[in-house]
Amino acid sequence: MSRAASLLGAGLLGLAAWQALVTLGDLPRFILPGPGLVLSTLWSSRALIAEHALVTIVEVLLGLGLGAACGFASAILLAASPLARALLRPMLVFSQAVPVFALAPILTLWLGYGLGSKVAMALLIIYFPVTSAFFDALMRTPPGWLELARVMNATPARTLWRIRVPAALPGFASGLRLAAVYAPIGAIIGEWVGASRGLGYLMLLANGRAKIDLMFAALIVLAVLALCLHAAIDAACRRLLGA
Amino acid sequence: MSAAPSLRLSGRAAIGGVPIFGPVTLEAPAGAWTCLLGPSGVGKSTVLRLLAGLGEAVTFEGEIAAGDGAPLEGRVALMAQSDLLMPWLDVTANVMLGARLRGETPREDRARAVLARVGLAEHAGKRPEALSGGQRQRVALARTLLEDRPVVLLDEPFSALDARSRARMQHLSAELLAGRTVLHVTHDAGEAARLGRHVLLMSREGLETVTPPTCAPPRRFDAPETLAFQGRLLRQLMETL
Repeated sequence: MSRAASLLGAGLLGLAAWQALVTLGDLPRFILPGPGLVLSTLWSSRALIAEHALVTIVEVLLGLGLGAACGFASAILLAASPLARALLRPMLVFSQAVPVFALAPILTLWLGYGLGSKVAMALLIIYFPVTSAFFDALMRTPPGWLELARVMNATPARTLWRIRVPAALPGFASGLRLAAVYAPIGAIIGEWVGASRGLGYLMLLANGRAKIDLMFAALIVLAVLALCLHAAIDAACRRLLGA
Repeated sequence: MSAAPSLRLSGRAAIGGVPIFGPVTLEAPAGAWTCLLGPSGVGKSTVLRLLAGLGEAVTFEGEIAAGDGAPLEGRVALMAQSDLLMPWLDVTANVMLGARLRGETPREDRARAVLARVGLAEHAGKRPEALSGGQRQRVALARTLLEDRPVVLLDEPFSALDARSRARMQHLSAELLAGRTVLHVTHDAGEAARLGRHVLLMSREGLETVTPPTCAPPRRFDAPETLAFQGRLLRQLMETL
């Protein structure tokens, strides 16, 4: 079976199981609406959902871009300077002991209910995986290449830029792939804590008004967006970073 | 290229308290090809690393010097068993790597000229992954030539090649590295018999000079004197500890 056919089959199977659960369990629509109702709500509320989805997309992309850039720069700084490693690495590890979710209310307090607090949340949640994956790869340059560079009288900065960074790009790519999964989580948590726009906000709003079909419609859009983001990042990594 | 100096290494070496070799005295005459032959584990590669300035892990007591008294740093090129090509650079950029790493302006015309000398002119724009093992090692040779250092250290650079590529690569290297001081570490008696103007046999006992046939290298691999010398080297290799 081709990949497209197996994906389609899995999707249809999932929808059938969902409908069977609703019908056989005789579940009321405010607990679990059937796929037919959710799809029709998705269509009838498409303008509303699109408006909120656009906000979430902007938050996720900004957070992803900034988080990847900060992670890239931090990993290079750590790899280049033993002093930075000695001082910053314990801080980085300690910062991971604080659950990022617990910071969401503080970020909302500091940065307000708008875009800033969600971007910051997405940035924070992806910063560590990107930094850590890229830094580990930077420290694992094959020793033969480094020795060749030394015999060629290379400067440490040029060895870093011409050999260690390109050799570590596959590690950066794995960090980015993780980031593509985490960034939407960060943005949604940010929206749950305090927002007036975005898919996370729409889901809370629909939940509060017992519009569970709308909530599921927003959830499906969110899942599709996250999948598309992951596929796009994966394709970009293959094409641009060769990894 | 400045005039090729002779090399001299005299002393003993240990790594983490474990003796590796010595005391030995090794001399490689100026502008000639010297083969350092020996079984695995007698410290041949350690000798090379010390001469290349890569010996921080080695505790060395003794003296490493060039015959002209000037420091060796910056006058040495290294070719290893692995070609050490960067997979993200094309062949030309790999050959010019040294200039880029030193912040000099890379000379693409010169890179193309050395690629032509190793017979890879039509592969200049390819990535290393598109080349065979022998071609990749020829790129490494071109990179070494472009560095234009008077001393060239070879650490079994042909040992991973198939017999045909190895024989052609030996011939090409002997031709193109002529006039430089070459110290070639190998465990292959046939290779030492073909290439060594001077042959040193290294064992746990120390170093021994073995006199090769008088004809100039690269010697024909099927010439009777080459084969006889190869046999003699192999027998001595078998008899050492």
